[in-house]
Amino acid sequence: MTDQTPVLRLEGIVKTFPGVRALDGVSFDVRPGEVHALMGENGAGKSTLMKVLGGIHAPNEGQIFVGDEAVTMTSPKHAKAKGVVFIHQELSLADELTVAENIFLGELPLKGFGRVDWGKLYDDTNAILKTLNVGFDAKTRVGDLSIANQQMVEIGRALTVSPRAVIFDEPTASLTDSEKVVLFQVIAGLQEKGVGIIYISHRMEEIFKITDRISVLRDGQYRGTLLTAETNEDDVTKLMIGRSLDLSRSEATHELGDVALEVRGLACGSLFEDVSFKLHKGEVLGFYGLVGAGRTEIAETIFGLRTPSAGTILLNGEEVRITSPIDAVQRGISLVPEDRKDQGLVLGMNCRDNMTLPQVDDLTAGPFVSDGAEIAIFDQYRDKLDIRTPGWRQTVGNLSGGNQQKIVIGKWLSMRPNVLIVDEPTRGIDVGSKSEIHNLIRDLASQGYAVIVISSEMPEVLRVSDRIVAMFNGRIMRDFTAEEVTEDNLIQAISGISEKVA
Amino acid sequence: MTSANRKDMLKRGAIWGFILLELAFFSIIGDQLSVSDQPFLAYDNMLLVLKQSAPIGIIALGMTIVMINGNIDLSVGATFALAAIVMLDSMTWPFMQAMGDWAIPLAWLFALATGVIMGAINGIIVWKTGVDAFIVTLGAMLGFRGIVFMFNGEQPTSHLNWTLVDFAEAQFLGLHTATWFLLGAALVLWLLMTKTVHGRNAYAIGNNREAAVNAGIRVGPHFIWNFMLIGFLAALSAVVFYSESGSVNPNDGMLYELWAITAVVLGGTKLAGGYGSIISTLGGVIAIQLLRKGLGHIGADTQTVNLVIGLILIAVLVLDRQLNRKGQGELKI
Repeated sequence: MTDQTPVLRLEGIVKTFPGVRALDGVSFDVRPGEVHALMGENGAGKSTLMKVLGGIHAPNEGQIFVGDEAVTMTSPKHAKAKGVVFIHQELSLADELTVAENIFLGELPLKGFGRVDWGKLYDDTNAILKTLNVGFDAKTRVGDLSIANQQMVEIGRALTVSPRAVIFDEPTASLTDSEKVVLFQVIAGLQEKGVGIIYISHRMEEIFKITDRISVLRDGQYRGTLLTAETNEDDVTKLMIGRSLDLSRSEATHELGDVALEVRGLACGSLFEDVSFKLHKGEVLGFYGLVGAGRTEIAETIFGLRTPSAGTILLNGEEVRITSPIDAVQRGISLVPEDRKDQGLVLGMNCRDNMTLPQVDDLTAGPFVSDGAEIAIFDQYRDKLDIRTPGWRQTVGNLSGGNQQKIVIGKWLSMRPNVLIVDEPTRGIDVGSKSEIHNLIRDLASQGYAVIVISSEMPEVLRVSDRIVAMFNGRIMRDFTAEEVTEDNLIQAISGISEKVA
Repeated sequence: MTSANRKDMLKRGAIWGFILLELAFFSIIGDQLSVSDQPFLAYDNMLLVLKQSAPIGIIALGMTIVMINGNIDLSVGATFALAAIVMLDSMTWPFMQAMGDWAIPLAWLFALATGVIMGAINGIIVWKTGVDAFIVTLGAMLGFRGIVFMFNGEQPTSHLNWTLVDFAEAQFLGLHTATWFLLGAALVLWLLMTKTVHGRNAYAIGNNREAAVNAGIRVGPHFIWNFMLIGFLAALSAVVFYSESGSVNPNDGMLYELWAITAVVLGGTKLAGGYGSIISTLGGVIAIQLLRKGLGHIGADTQTVNLVIGLILIAVLVLDRQLNRKGQGELKI
């Protein structure tokens, strides 16, 4: 790294929207060959900053420099022409087109009379794919690729120009650990070429593994840049939320009750098999494993969304057959799904209606729904879960991720479930709300609820669970108590390294 | 009140503002250009607007519900014609004729039952096959229309019953029978959609079907109920209209589905589902009828009327988009 002129430099960027100062004087730079983390809670201004960089929003004040050149971005395409490219968290690929067509979408090589130069297209694409070291070729249909490989296609798109700065927005959100390793190799490859990288993520582990510096935003303000090697998670967190977080595990202080749910030899096709476990009242059972290990599928089977091919489910000691979510709800099983926005909430509806959705049938006076009964339930759980909303009329889509998740949890708690299953309780939720949700889960257990927590984040399962079930490839590898578990033996169990312990 | 809620109120009020604009425009311009001596705002003329809103209006109310639920029904025009034939023809059956005027409620019942059955067929297919409602009801539109033509070929089906005509032409408290049916249906459906479990669930399903399923809501039965409801309303619309006219052509009701959708969309209901209101649809229906009437009043012909309505529909939606989406960082295309 001889040339130390920053590839990308922001100076005093200000962006205001009516009533909000979304960005308030943000300045930092990205050096060639550097991985620069950008962190901040949801709403801290990261996305707005990206939109300013991509030319979607024009800044009210401040200046962007690419190399030495002052640039006013007008569109993502313009940004790309200047060498600033984005890898978005949400993939935007056309499934029915080939890898090559996707990579060169909008800039297909042409020959005379506007015909596509297919030969050149495939050659160029294969050259890019080679640098990414992937196992598929230019003519593969994108819809046939795994999510991780689709992300590689997205990265390939960035490489059709020689980028100076690449911005990754939560790139590992849907990747398994081994897929992450591949992604990190690609990032390292870009670094070697002197490309500057902005890496946006909530995941501390990754940040400390691959980045050189960390810049932090809070409430639209730039809070400082830290050298990764000289700081720790605690300092970064403090900078992000303005206080330090208690990340230690709260010990179980209560007695376990009877077995609320028992599963014996449950299987569902090739998704998972031979799954057996017991869940007591007052206990949090954590399910940990890689994406695709079958955790969510087990939850969906218990909730009646999938039909098991073998095995039995016992609720409070009694064998039950659950054939639909309606069935599950009536038997007191609740599922807080993985994807809050698509599966958990009716975003266009208000807070109260969302919360009472599963039980509105029982809240009627004559032929009509009773407003009073609904508001009473909403008020009770708003207070209990500390949901911050201007009022029950607020549309759920306008709440923050943490508050949205609390609405979903409140919805099921108000049904007084026998078994509460929470799939990825804090996905996409900022650090502050995360620990609130963790405390909430612990509280529920101490109140006697039987809770299953499914999570891809090790600190999370370690923090909230009384026992942890480690899954690999559709099988339970091991069942840990909170005392036995360590990060090492957990990692081994979910990677299929350790022997299965019966 | 938050700004989001205020915006919502404004949106719901917009259609009524548009109606006021139409009224003002046609009264002022009408004075200059009118082909009749009667002022546009004359009481009788306004009563007529309401009455003439009824046939499409009653169907549009049903369309609102189906669209809020996340579906659409293109077969309503054909159901309308089929129900009319059933009503008029059944009154000529010997046993019905022997009943005298008691045949009337029975004929109505037959017609309404026809509508409900047609709707149920749509609903069951949409539920059980999972095929998009657009396709299912497009097929039904062709199929039901086929049945209409099988009945009497190109010939109209007629039966005039003077008791029925008197009833249809009656005015109660000033309003025509058809207007009462329109307002009554609007009231009942408004209560249904805003106050009952069925209405709540219909919104939830239209907004996010997966979340509704996960909340333990039975989606299929709600679909069927709503399709039966719109079938019933299409038949009710036919019953009210043909009680007066007494004669149905096999082509009657064509394009009614599109007029109904136009009114619903003008009222602000979203094609994608999950959002909309019965009262606003009523506004949309009245706005369209005022426009027809007003343009007629200043001497425009039917073709011009259709052109203007088409332009206004697009203009309204463009405006709606501008007001709602601007500055939200959406894709520039």
